[in-house]
Amino acid sequence: MFRTPAAVAGAVLVAAMVVLAVIGPPIWGEAAEHIDAGAILQGSSAAHPLGTDNLGRDLLARVLVAGRYSLLLALAAALIGATAGIVLGALPSVLPARPARLVTGAVNALVAFPGLLLAMFTAVVAGLGARGAVLGIGAAIAPGFARLTQTLAASVAGADYVSAARMLGVPRRRILARHVLPNIAEPLILHLTQALGGALLGLAGMSFLGLGVQPPSFDWGRLLFDGFGRIYVTPEVALGPALAVALAGIGFNLLGDALARGAARTSAPRTKAVAPESADPGEPEPGAVLDVRDLTVTFPGGVTPVRGVSLSAAPGEIVGLVGESGSGKSLTAAAIGGLVPYPGVVGHARLRLDGRDVAGLSRKELGTSLAMVFQDPMASLNPALKVGGQLAEVAVVHQGATRAEARARAVDRLGHVHLPEPGRQARRHPHELSGGMRQRAVIAMGLMGTPRLIIADEPTTALDVTVQRQILRLLREVTEETGSAVLFISHDIAVVGELCDRVVVMYAGRVVEELPADRLTDGAHPYTRALIASLPDMDTDRSLPLASIPGRQPAPAEVGDGCAFAPRCPLATDACAAGRPPLVEHGPAHRVACWEVTCTSTA
Amino acid sequence: MSRLVLRRLVRFAVSLAVLVVAAFAMIHLIPGDPVRASLGPAAPVELIEARRAALGLDQPLPAQFAAYVAGLFSGDLGTSFLTGEPVAEVIATRLPNTVGLALIATAVALLAAVPLGMWAAVRTENGRNRGTEAAFGSVTGTAVAVPEFLYAIALVTVFAIGLGVLPPAGKEGAVSYVLPVLALAIGPTATIARIARVETLRALGTDYVRLARAKRLPAARLHLRHVLPNTLTATLTLGGLMLSALIAGSVLVEYVFAWPGLGMKIVESITQKDYPVAQGVILVYGAIVLLVNLLVDLALGVLDPTSSIKES
Amino acid sequence: MHIDGLTVRFGAFTAVDSVTLEVPPGRIVGLVGESGSGKSSLAKAVCGLVPHTGRVTGASRVQMVFQDPYASLDPRMRVGESVAEALLRMPRQARAAEVERLLGLVSLPAEAAGRYPRELSGGQRQRVAIARALGAEPDLLVADEITSALDVSVQGAVLNLVRSLRDRLGLPILFISHNLAVVRYVCDEVAVMHRGRLVEHGPTEDVVGSPGQDYTRTLLEAVPRLRR
Repeated sequence: MFRTPAAVAGAVLVAAMVVLAVIGPPIWGEAAEHIDAGAILQGSSAAHPLGTDNLGRDLLARVLVAGRYSLLLALAAALIGATAGIVLGALPSVLPARPARLVTGAVNALVAFPGLLLAMFTAVVAGLGARGAVLGIGAAIAPGFARLTQTLAASVAGADYVSAARMLGVPRRRILARHVLPNIAEPLILHLTQALGGALLGLAGMSFLGLGVQPPSFDWGRLLFDGFGRIYVTPEVALGPALAVALAGIGFNLLGDALARGAARTSAPRTKAVAPESADPGEPEPGAVLDVRDLTVTFPGGVTPVRGVSLSAAPGEIVGLVGESGSGKSLTAAAIGGLVPYPGVVGHARLRLDGRDVAGLSRKELGTSLAMVFQDPMASLNPALKVGGQLAEVAVVHQGATRAEARARAVDRLGHVHLPEPGRQARRHPHELSGGMRQRAVIAMGLMGTPRLIIADEPTTALDVTVQRQILRLLREVTEETGSAVLFISHDIAVVGELCDRVVVMYAGRVVEELPADRLTDGAHPYTRALIASLPDMDTDRSLPLASIPGRQPAPAEVGDGCAFAPRCPLATDACAAGRPPLVEHGPAHRVACWEVTCTSTA
Repeated sequence: MSRLVLRRLVRFAVSLAVLVVAAFAMIHLIPGDPVRASLGPAAPVELIEARRAALGLDQPLPAQFAAYVAGLFSGDLGTSFLTGEPVAEVIATRLPNTVGLALIATAVALLAAVPLGMWAAVRTENGRNRGTEAAFGSVTGTAVAVPEFLYAIALVTVFAIGLGVLPPAGKEGAVSYVLPVLALAIGPTATIARIARVETLRALGTDYVRLARAKRLPAARLHLRHVLPNTLTATLTLGGLMLSALIAGSVLVEYVFAWPGLGMKIVESITQKDYPVAQGVILVYGAIVLLVNLLVDLALGVLDPTSSIKES
Repeated sequence: MHIDGLTVRFGAFTAVDSVTLEVPPGRIVGLVGESGSGKSSLAKAVCGLVPHTGRVTGASRVQMVFQDPYASLDPRMRVGESVAEALLRMPRQARAAEVERLLGLVSLPAEAAGRYPRELSGGQRQRVAIARALGAEPDLLVADEITSALDVSVQGAVLNLVRSLRDRLGLPILFISHNLAVVRYVCDEVAVMHRGRLVEHGPTEDVVGSPGQDYTRTLLEAVPRLRR
């Protein structure tokens, strides 16, 4: 939590404030009240580093003593605000609907209202002085707390686990105590730190305006009020209280930030990236549109979710990349598309697109020959821009088209993917289109250029089966027409088996089997076989229990030297745990990485 | 769309009504007799009674409220206890000074903060350049934590008293705006820059930006056309809310610079117990804040095509 | 359990339009449909989680298992505590043994009671959610897309568990899924929903084998199949 210098500074400042509040009055209390008629209204001197006030009292001592009062008032205001706010925020979840809405509305109105005005109003009504100011600042803090409590409680109350508890008949009070409060306490306590800083500054402001602490009491704001009157003559007298207020504000704010960040993220330890193994590029695959060899993706700490994947795709071929979550299939697709997020490092022996090294391709060539389609069509289109404009920009940027030409082409492409009334759709915003229409629009975007490779990452997972069927048909149609290759990534073996020409099965970052799609049910690798067996389809025998694979896929950091599937594999022997089986030929257009399968067949 | 406008207008009207009641109630909530409090303990009973009658304070409450509301509709906010000036006139001469200052400061803050936040986001995306991230975090974190009146005092001390290059107080010509605007804008700049950074990071992580990257768009086009518009909604919302916070924060800054605005007046009126003036100024401040929030909401409805959907 | 003329409205939108459906004892009734068909709203209405009109009779203790196993367990509660929430009516001393029995019913070891949800896999969490529901001794279990967040290799175990609960406990189950192949495998009867209405309902073999409605046919034809 205290890794950054800012966090350390915040903690040190707050600790110093607390220490000052404890030891200030006993040590300097006397000096702060010592009246010296011979030294009134002095500037800085050796005896009085920050000068003296109108009664000759030492200002440095007064600043040091005022710490306790300033902090105590701030604490009182923050606690008043927090208590009132939490009660106000929790009320809607206990009250009947109508009064609950009233309270929510009132809180929303108050939140929008500037705190200082609220504080002034309250202070006028409660009377000028410390009491009024504390109540006022408390009143100013309360709406923020109420809103936060409301939002947090609402999000927890909507959680499935609260619904489950309610259905179990768990009493309301117990739900509040066991589920809601523990899950919102942390952010509320955090907010209290920030509110404390806010209260301190607010009270200083009130006192500075003369609306807060009144003489003979004094806090930092009051000292600043006195000092400010003399700023043209002896500016140093304002320095002490100003600095104290600023440091306290900074301390609480930095600490609050650090606490919030500590609560929000549990960051992974940072270690140096492991250099990807660079192997012999070998001979390029002739005629392949996509030719990948020994692709790796490594993250700091040596975590390698993709380990030496080799792939190829011929023109007009749809290659399915299938695997469960965590197999590295999507990251493989991102690496081929050049979209691996920092700090991931991509390594490869060979990465060629349409017979040319990807590293040597210009943005324009890549932008027009490589198309991508993602899972969530709701998220893939920019909500702020019209559909037509998003398509047209490829033509404008890469093909030097005029706006009118680009627009015409965009409408033409939208029609090409069977979007009804393409001209009208082009003028609409993405949120006005259905999910299936959006996915068509994304595919049309890829067709603005002359795609050689389309990378489709779970393009139908978010869609209904009937829409999925249409999108699959469209992909097939587009492939046949453009001669582009498709790399189709999916967790759904049935979809892959139906659409693709060839299937590549991944497990724990590696390819374990590669075979023609129509022979998926004859898969040789025990993992492929188990996947097929555990997939219920329209012909599964309902009288038998469904197969499932015991255990779970290892996380990238857990993958050892041997076959990653060995711990879950019914055929595994000692050899499997010791060494990793290579991907070798196993019949025509079929490759497998399994000691048991390949040894048995050669023996 | 029009439903949205209607709902916002209703909310505005209700809030305004609540504000009017609160302002009216203020004078009656003050402990003791406000007239006696303002005239002092030595004031003769006849004078106090006469003043009370002149203010209508001897009438029953409902009648007083009716008179107050009727007065508001005819632009009558009451008269000052001290000077006898109509409160509406006092406010009318000072309001433009406050609003002008706040508007300029908001514009300065937005213009500085949005590019700063975007730059920081692009540089620190996915945890690269941790140094920049830490520096940005601590500088803005510090800048946010220092209240505007301390900036004001520091700026006066350095530029007006120390260097003598800028006027220390008052409103005389363009140069007199420099220090108050700076004092008001520094904090909001830091806040908005932080939000702009977070929003930019969020936009950079979306699929549509991934897709735009897959299209190999040049960086400038990617950031200005695909990222910026999607960060503006949140940033401008905050900018709008900042404007209302800024108008309130200007109370302190006006006080430091002796700026002839409403903020200066509200402090004076409260300390001098000139309650009609305090009441009027608080009412006007509140109404401005409500109006600003309404305008921000409506502007967002126009700017963001999806916000009307989110609403339902 | 009997649903009679159940209607769910959200404002002007009718999510479920007077649906009548029966879940006989010891049967699993599958509810299929595409997004927006109203199947989840119907499930929530049966559980009393959304306001509705119409009658639900013969199910006084309904329990539901949710789609997302990461959201349906309180992250701050141990598995045992979560399951024990269903047992508040029991004396405190008896609860531990009952938790163990319930975990055993869903094939989880007794040690699982001391774990936090984050230490379990998605499939294991879904079992915990089922164990918690069983603790309330329900007379109807509503399973809302309980395997759609799971990987296919662990889905089978959860589906087998659902079937075994019917066989061993005779528990009637309303099984909601968008996946027709899964519904076909698990359910005795299938009910098809489309735009808030129940369009077809019958024994699984009949609905899947010889659908009576065009919509059901379209849905069946769209199911991806492996080429054999």
